Amino acid sequence: MRRTLVVIAFFVLLLGMWEALVRTKIWSPVLVPSPLSVARYIKDGLQSGDLEHASFVTMRRLLIGYVLGLVFGLPLGLLTARFKSCEDTLGVIALGLQTLPSVCWVPLALLWFGQTEAAMLFVVVMGTLWSVVIATDNGVRTVPPIFARAARTMGSKQLHTWIKVIVPASLPFIVSGMKQGWAFAWRSLMAAEIYVTILSGFGLGSLLNYGRELQAMDQVIGIMLIIIVIGLLADKILFSPWERFLYRRWGTAKN
Amino acid sequence: MMAVHEELQNVPPEKLVVEGVSKWFRTRRAAVHALDNVSLTIHEGEFVCLVGPSGCGKSTLLNIIAGLEIPDSGQVLADGKPVLGPGRERMMMFQESALFPWLDVMDNVLFGLKLKPNLKRKERREVAKYYLHLVGLEKFMAASIHELSGGMKQRVALARALAPNPRVLLMDEPFAALDALTREQLYGDIQRIWQERKKTIVFVTHNVREAACLGNRVVLFSPHPGRIQEKFQIDLPRPRDINSVDLAKYSSEIMSALKRHLNSELAEVAG
Ligand SMILES: Nc1ncnc2c1ncn2[C@@H]1O[C@H](COP(=O)(O)OP(=O)(O)O)[C@@H](O)[C@H]1O
Ligand SMILES: [Mg+2]
Repeated sequence: MRRTLVVIAFFVLLLGMWEALVRTKIWSPVLVPSPLSVARYIKDGLQSGDLEHASFVTMRRLLIGYVLGLVFGLPLGLLTARFKSCEDTLGVIALGLQTLPSVCWVPLALLWFGQTEAAMLFVVVMGTLWSVVIATDNGVRTVPPIFARAARTMGSKQLHTWIKVIVPASLPFIVSGMKQGWAFAWRSLMAAEIYVTILSGFGLGSLLNYGRELQAMDQVIGIMLIIIVIGLLADKILFSPWERFLYRRWGTAKN
Repeated sequence: MMAVHEELQNVPPEKLVVEGVSKWFRTRRAAVHALDNVSLTIHEGEFVCLVGPSGCGKSTLLNIIAGLEIPDSGQVLADGKPVLGPGRERMMMFQESALFPWLDVMDNVLFGLKLKPNLKRKERREVAKYYLHLVGLEKFMAASIHELSGGMKQRVALARALAPNPRVLLMDEPFAALDALTREQLYGDIQRIWQERKKTIVFVTHNVREAACLGNRVVLFSPHPGRIQEKFQIDLPRPRDINSVDLAKYSSEIMSALKRHLNSELAEVAG
């Protein structure tokens, strides 16, 4: 209760200071809009449906690409951990590409796919994929061999052992790889949306960029706030359940 | 004449027969002769302890009996059939509990049961509960593994190994990492469960007293290469107390045999 009060007081104070500073007119209102005008922008945007639509476009790209990244990344990581030949080939590529900031995929994606949804998806997949591959690979390698031995004595065979023992045993690593993949994908998608206009759909990044072109600072800040909120929500919805599970079972500290 | 003698003795059937098993471990730098022509017969319902200093191949032999390792020569027969791989008939328990942290206590015990055909969901849960009760942990069904003490973990591991109802239990220093008090409790439990459930148990330890306390028979191993040196019959009533004087007699006998073999080996190396 006391904590909530402190939090509320802090943010009210912050907004109050912001408003007060704007009123002193030290800066041009074009550069520093008042919190009220930002709120008005968000309200109007929500009423017209523009903001919902842009959020939807962005989230769709992100989720589809992310799921694809997971669907390919997980098995690839298992392969590189299991087979020396995959480790020496695919594993090396994954290691290299993971060091590449994922926004660097944008120019290539545009040349290959043009200004299309496919280009956006490609950027998101590349942002996700390599983190997931590397994390899964690492996770599998740290699984104590005794787990697989114990499972074998209980009658578990190859595929069963992989699905029921090796993968769940690697979960702490896989989840942190999933988080990293998400962060990379989210950042690079925003960069891509700001960087190029995709005619098939205006995402949050596009709106942010228009805000700049129109010199509409209330729009710029309003969109930034929405991007922050989406990031926080995604963390809560996508990863909190996993982290609670890891904490309950492994007793590892939440980070 | 011999046949009549055997008939009258009423020896239980041979459960496990180890026939001339040898095993080498070859690494890039060296080759270790882990087991050298080891032969051993274990009868149905026996409690056999394998004891010896570390590195004398006890774990290797247990793994071979389990079917987790393949011998270089010789073979192991379980119920007269060669062991070619792991089987539910022979469950193994390790020094570290090897419980799965992503599952709760109940699901750990259910793991082996789910792999056993012809059991319904409800029956599996009942069986698992029975064994958790047997080891005194039915209250901890929903607990996570990391919440359990070392002794509780080994109890859950025991329940998990017992749940698929194997005839043979292979235990590799299962109590070595526990404190003395917890260990004493488990000595009592394992003897009780062995009698109630009529299992054949092969129990590996480097603790001579523990071996004498638990085994009907103690098999003494010596290292470099791993060999059976001597076998001891322990004729003491059960349940046995690890601190009893009678037991001390047996364990000191085994201990001095162990020292004798080690000394003669040292002499061999020196000479
Ligand atoms: N996987 C392995 N690779 C190489 N050497 C091994 C392996 N397993 C066991 N050894 C060697 O074989 C010998 C016997 O080992 P082990 O059966 O574990 O002995 P114990 O259980 O009696 O301590 C030891 O010298 C050990 O170093
Ligand atoms: Mg050992």
